[in-house]
Amino acid sequence: MTGPEVRSAGGTALLATFGSLADVVAFRAGLAQATLPGLTEVVSGARTLLLRFDPTTTDAGRLRSEFAQVSPVSAALEAHDTEPLVIPVAYDGEDLDTVTELTGMRRDELVAWHTGQLWTSAFCGFAPGFSYLTGSDRPLDLPRRSTARTAVPSGAVAVAGEFSAVYPRTSPGGWQLIGRTEVPMWSLERTPPALAPAGTLVRFVMAGAA
Amino acid sequence: MTALTVVQVGYGATTQDLGRPGFSDMGLGAAGAADRGSAALANRLVGNRPDAAVLEALLGSVTLRADAYVVAATTGAACPVEVERADGSVRGAASHEVLLLAPGDTLRIGIATVGLRAYVAVLGGFAVDPVLGSRSWDSLARLGPPPLSAGDVLPVGDARASWPIVDAVPQPEPRWPDEPVVLDVAPGPRDDWFAPEWRATLTGQAFSVSADSDRVGVRTTAATPLARSVARELPSEGVETGSLQVPPEGFPVLFLADHPVTGGYPVVAVLTPSSIDLAAQLRPGDPLRFRILG
Repeated sequence: MTGPEVRSAGGTALLATFGSLADVVAFRAGLAQATLPGLTEVVSGARTLLLRFDPTTTDAGRLRSEFAQVSPVSAALEAHDTEPLVIPVAYDGEDLDTVTELTGMRRDELVAWHTGQLWTSAFCGFAPGFSYLTGSDRPLDLPRRSTARTAVPSGAVAVAGEFSAVYPRTSPGGWQLIGRTEVPMWSLERTPPALAPAGTLVRFVMAGAA
Repeated sequence: MTALTVVQVGYGATTQDLGRPGFSDMGLGAAGAADRGSAALANRLVGNRPDAAVLEALLGSVTLRADAYVVAATTGAACPVEVERADGSVRGAASHEVLLLAPGDTLRIGIATVGLRAYVAVLGGFAVDPVLGSRSWDSLARLGPPPLSAGDVLPVGDARASWPIVDAVPQPEPRWPDEPVVLDVAPGPRDDWFAPEWRATLTGQAFSVSADSDRVGVRTTAATPLARSVARELPSEGVETGSLQVPPEGFPVLFLADHPVTGGYPVVAVLTPSSIDLAAQLRPGDPLRFRILG
């Protein structure tokens, strides 16, 4: 693992870039164990961490040198202490046939692939509660649909690229739909409102299967 | 409880405050006033704490009736302002001054002549129900107190710091309509994804504000697009308010308060805070230029 490259992103943020999503997750976990004065918010991306800071407390130079001291923490080590969130899924998505065709997998193999690994919420975006989940197994690297749907229903379970996700609300979307869940990913009745903020471990299970 | 009733709203108005930072990990941005400087000035004029909620009214055009004595002020886009008494008589008033409304008075804010967003503060702040700790409407997440409608009753809160200590402040200098607004940017974080001449392309021509601009971003067009040197797709990454995100067409989108948490196109440069406020006041068709700091 090579050290991150740090770029400036305006007067009150730095963007650290990494070679892999695993590095992002590891440095994010490392940051959680460190204290960097003036660091106000960390925003995870697929290959980056955006570090927002309070310019009245610190400055870009100081934050850069403090961040250089942060050690990555392996997600595998963390996983031992944390019970993953369990999301039951009915695997009857509209794009199942497309996905089995693209991957050469049978339906049961696809379901086994999706339920058989530990997923980590790498970052959220697109909509409140939309978690980009990265798996511990080989990703399928599926392309997005050539035409995005104008309305993907809330609760749709989808895959695209190196990620899987659950649509928290009805919204446009171009990911391949493989199933659906009744578990709400976003609710203002709950604290925090997002079910799987960045860093959350997730396991999918077949709905109805104990 | 003291309250104001929305009598009329023209082009859209929302309550805004300092926003709700800290939810990026859940895919929710901060929102908050698009022109922070003008919102802060409105609060300061009436004697509010900085976290008091104000109204952000597109092109002004909002009418409010007070049911008790209310101290109010408007800032931001230059709008005609008048106060109509309960007996129908009209009192002249102006933007950027402290107004005392009596019970039954109607505050009429007309259509903006310069700028896009007017801010209205009342002493105590607008105390609509907060969502996740903020009274800001987020147009992208569709979360927060909903946009105002005629008939809405807006309670006045207790976010006061003092009584007003000034009567008025100078209005921003009007500019010639065809004179471009100059916005300052700091390069990065992805300036190296663009051909080296990006600096000349960005600073060497006037850009124009597109009609599809909103609280998410100011979209621009120009004669010459910015050319990329790195063609591959950018994996989604966190973006700052004020980012100049460059989609494949090559013309920057200037991210405002409701921008997405992460973006999938490279950010060539980021506006300074005061330039974000200037950008938030640009209207479709307005000309602008960029100046690169450092």
